[in-house]
Amino acid sequence: MSDVEQTLGRIAAAGDLQALDAARVEALGKNGWVTALLKTLGGMTPDERQVRGPEIQGVRARVTEAIAERKEQLVSAELERRLATERLDLSLPAPERPQGTVHPVSQVMDELAEIFADLGFAVAEGPEIETDWYNFTALNMPESHPARAMHDTFYCEPRDGEPARVLRTHTSPVQIRAMEKHGAPLRVIAPGRVYRSDSDATHTPMFHQVEGIVIDRAIHLGHLKWTLETFLKAFFERDDIAIRMRPSYFPFTEPSAEVDVGWSMEKGRRVVGGQEGWMEVLGSGMVHPRVIAAAGLDPNEWQGFAFGTGIDRLAMLKYGMNDLRQFFDGDIRWLKHYGFAALAIPTLSAGVGA
Amino acid sequence: MKFTLSWLYDHLDTEASVQQIADKLTAIGLEVEEVTNPAEALAPFVVAEVLTAERHPQADKLQVLSVDAGDGPLQVVCGAPNARAGMKGVFGPPGAYVPGSGFTLKVAAIRGVESNGMMCSVRELELGDEHDGIIELPADAPVGQSFAAFAGLDDPVFDIALTPNRPDCLGVRGIARDLAAAGLGSLREQPIRPVESRCANPVSIHVEDGSGCHAFAGRYIRRVTNGPSPEWLRKRLIAVGLRPISALVDITNFFSIDQARPLHVYDAAKLQGGITARRGRTGERFVALNDKEYEVVSDDCVIADDARVLGLGGVIGGEDTGVSEGTTEVLLECAWFDPETIGAAGRRHQIHTDARARFERGADPLVLEPMVEAATAMILELCGGEPSQITLASAADWADITVPRFVPLRPERVESLAGVHIPGDEQAAILERLGFTLETAGWVPPGWRPDIDGEADLVEEIARIHGFDRVPATPLERAPGVARPTATPSQRMERRVRRAAAARGLDEAVTWSFIAEEEAAPFGRDLQEPAWILANPISEDMKVMRPSLLPGLLAAARRNLDRGASSVRLFELGRRYLPGGEKPTVGILLAGEAIPRDWQSGKARPFSPYDAKAEVLALLDSVGAPVANLQVFADAGPTWHPGRSAKLGLGPKTIVASFGEMHPRVARRFDVPAGTQAAEIYLDAIPAQRTSGRARPAFTPPALQAITRDFAFVVPLELAADQLVRAIRGADRALITGARVFDRYQPEGGELSLAVEIVLQPTEKTLTEAEISAVSERIVGAATKLGARLRS
Repeated sequence: MSDVEQTLGRIAAAGDLQALDAARVEALGKNGWVTALLKTLGGMTPDERQVRGPEIQGVRARVTEAIAERKEQLVSAELERRLATERLDLSLPAPERPQGTVHPVSQVMDELAEIFADLGFAVAEGPEIETDWYNFTALNMPESHPARAMHDTFYCEPRDGEPARVLRTHTSPVQIRAMEKHGAPLRVIAPGRVYRSDSDATHTPMFHQVEGIVIDRAIHLGHLKWTLETFLKAFFERDDIAIRMRPSYFPFTEPSAEVDVGWSMEKGRRVVGGQEGWMEVLGSGMVHPRVIAAAGLDPNEWQGFAFGTGIDRLAMLKYGMNDLRQFFDGDIRWLKHYGFAALAIPTLSAGVGA
Repeated sequence: MKFTLSWLYDHLDTEASVQQIADKLTAIGLEVEEVTNPAEALAPFVVAEVLTAERHPQADKLQVLSVDAGDGPLQVVCGAPNARAGMKGVFGPPGAYVPGSGFTLKVAAIRGVESNGMMCSVRELELGDEHDGIIELPADAPVGQSFAAFAGLDDPVFDIALTPNRPDCLGVRGIARDLAAAGLGSLREQPIRPVESRCANPVSIHVEDGSGCHAFAGRYIRRVTNGPSPEWLRKRLIAVGLRPISALVDITNFFSIDQARPLHVYDAAKLQGGITARRGRTGERFVALNDKEYEVVSDDCVIADDARVLGLGGVIGGEDTGVSEGTTEVLLECAWFDPETIGAAGRRHQIHTDARARFERGADPLVLEPMVEAATAMILELCGGEPSQITLASAADWADITVPRFVPLRPERVESLAGVHIPGDEQAAILERLGFTLETAGWVPPGWRPDIDGEADLVEEIARIHGFDRVPATPLERAPGVARPTATPSQRMERRVRRAAAARGLDEAVTWSFIAEEEAAPFGRDLQEPAWILANPISEDMKVMRPSLLPGLLAAARRNLDRGASSVRLFELGRRYLPGGEKPTVGILLAGEAIPRDWQSGKARPFSPYDAKAEVLALLDSVGAPVANLQVFADAGPTWHPGRSAKLGLGPKTIVASFGEMHPRVARRFDVPAGTQAAEIYLDAIPAQRTSGRARPAFTPPALQAITRDFAFVVPLELAADQLVRAIRGADRALITGARVFDRYQPEGGELSLAVEIVLQPTEKTLTEAEISAVSERIVGAATKLGARLRS
């Protein structure tokens, strides 16, 4: 059986799949010697076959096994060789997908909507190019009212056949529009762009305000106080929010109050919360009976409160920007620094801050 | 409004501290902006006596003084020519900060002689401009005492921010009255004693109806002597920021601050005939007390004599008839002007005076004669003179203006509006302390409170004096259950599209609503009407309400590229302001590199119109727009590259977006690179989604595998790929579930071919070859109708 040893030796010595296959053909191929042996079985007597059969089958099995084993060795050696060459420097940068941002003003508007929705306020809207009547007259500021002059109003060039238009100087005209549209009882906030002809380090000719109004039968100043306290606590996410209502004057509210919020110094920064000092954040009051009447409701039946504040200002106080002008520059460095991730959606369960 | 503590004490008897007064003022609506005490800066400075004065051994102009500031002799070097032994002055010890010079004193050798402090001049202590010597104090000034206390400078100055509804608090008395009403002391009585008249009034006074002046009380006073005011009056005026001029003028300013009552004095010798309050006439001019000349208009109320306009009534007096050192006879005016006329005139002529501020808010019409009496008394005291009777001229409607007004108050209204229970007697007491009187028809507001015109005003008065801090916070009633959603469909759409855009890598910008006219022009060209233009823009760059979001974004992109940004992806969600309304719009701007150069692909890839298209489709999809049904219409308009832009719409009339490359001329105008891509999505044009509940249609996965087939067509050059794909899909709407161009090939000068991959989704049974060839034929047939042929 030196043929077997020779074949097995050749299989073991095969350096690649080709050599291995040559060894296989020599033994198991059509003209291979093992095949030839197998063919001799047919011409044997049953007795002979009984003896030689297992021997020959054994030879075939040994050769087949040896081939499979060697093949496995060669394949895995080949794989190792290939793997040894397949090296990537994974410290190289991966392709980048740009990350976008949501503007702080939009984020804060979403936060306001979320907080006030829990208090039952819907979000109302109105035009920014507004008639004189909605912006002033209906808000108890007739033509000659001195407060009009204090509004630094932008006027539009007149157009034939249309009432005079101004750029709304506050979101308060939405009070009137919301009362007209939805009647009473009413709870809405109205965020949006407003315009004043004023420009310096802390004023821009365009900025954002949010207005809130509640109209019902028995709403009073105490409800206003509670609502503002509740809102400020939720918005600034602190329980130590202190507010101070000071009597003030707005033509469209009576009584009127300015609202200060307490601040304190934390890490060299002035933050909302505590009571080291006061800063003015809101204007508010009980809606003037004439305003309710102007919106088509009966002031003897309905009353309520309204308040207004600057959205940009709220954003600055909460998120720490210090220059209002940068809000409107579109500087992508600023947007990436102060903007919010797309998925940072304010919710009550996850928190309204981001 | 500025006033000093000592001035307040004239009207208010109180034990309260400065801090208590300030806190109470703010609490009742008179917001204190600042309380300053000039004495604080002068605290280290004391009265000192110069014991001896010797020549400085090294300098002719210096002296070496021995000064006693209360603790024995100190050696002080001094350069003032008036320093001499025996005089008293103001001494600043080492460590004192000298406010007028901006340095802190220390022991130092001056030309070799030690000096232990400084004797100070007026300018060094910021008390005036004089600097020709050190301050000389009277011989009886107590050595060692605080100089500020000695000089009466220890008098805090309050500065309050007044709301426009409180003209009465433009006078110290009004402020004192509010404080007294709030329990911080008692208001001092100030009885006015009429003076005896010594002659008839030689100046006739006439008020024309409709002039804007409704009453004019005048008194002539002869044989007056005008000169500087006494020290106490000068000091008071300076403390509140006014410049003393002469006794007569200072007296009128005193009443303006003290009683919120503007007065005027004319030099009667310079009047030509009588006084008339009337409307201005065209061409009339006068030189005002501020040395400026004004031309009056017919809406102005002027005070004139027989020859000319003297001044703008209630706003500013005239130079011609102003009083001077030589004035010996005067006409004193105490008038009442209609606030609207005064406000309009002040705005028209840009004049800001204390008189205007008071009259335009509403002066007390009930005290014309008492105020003339009070002012006369002061004139007689300071300037001498002999007064005439008072002449009161008034317009026909004067009685209407002075008639009492009645404002009813239901006591329960205080609680129902202000949310705090205050007993009726306490309510009445507050109103009475504020000067209101109760009549059967209601409360009568005092003459100094023109702002009170309804029950809510009375509630506010009571609540603010009682204290807003005592109003308990009351929870709003809460609807049962979980808070309901409140966002409208359009609000939901805006929120979604915003976050979808950010998720796709775009940065949200907020840009100005107003832009320059020439920036707006190309974007407004396809509008039928002109855009909204501001009549009073803050600058030419902010003049037109934007007809498109793209100009603002283009400018922002340029600023970013100028700062070195290589890739700018901006979006804005805002309104376009069109003649027909304000349209919610998403603007997108892609400038610079879409993909930066990197180690794998080598070169950077610029943005292409397909990047803009991808953003538009993704954002439209995010808000549920029927993206699959949108058609592409080539050429988005004059601001776009004609061959590289398109509109998307459900039809040519329902366009929901424009996208593509900006027109090279627009790019150049905004100084952004050619090839800048942009898009606008017209949110209001997107059809509302039909809502049929939350449940989705049932999902049944197809039982059979879909098969794909590729078709390559040679197509006419002008055929849009989208048209071909649509035609193919239309060949068998049931079977063909997908069709997508996967190759586009056109050799130089050769024919254009498009290769389309078709997905066939069998539903009942596996497709036979015959069925597949049948649908293939229909596909080829549909393409052929468009001029395409199957590529061999």
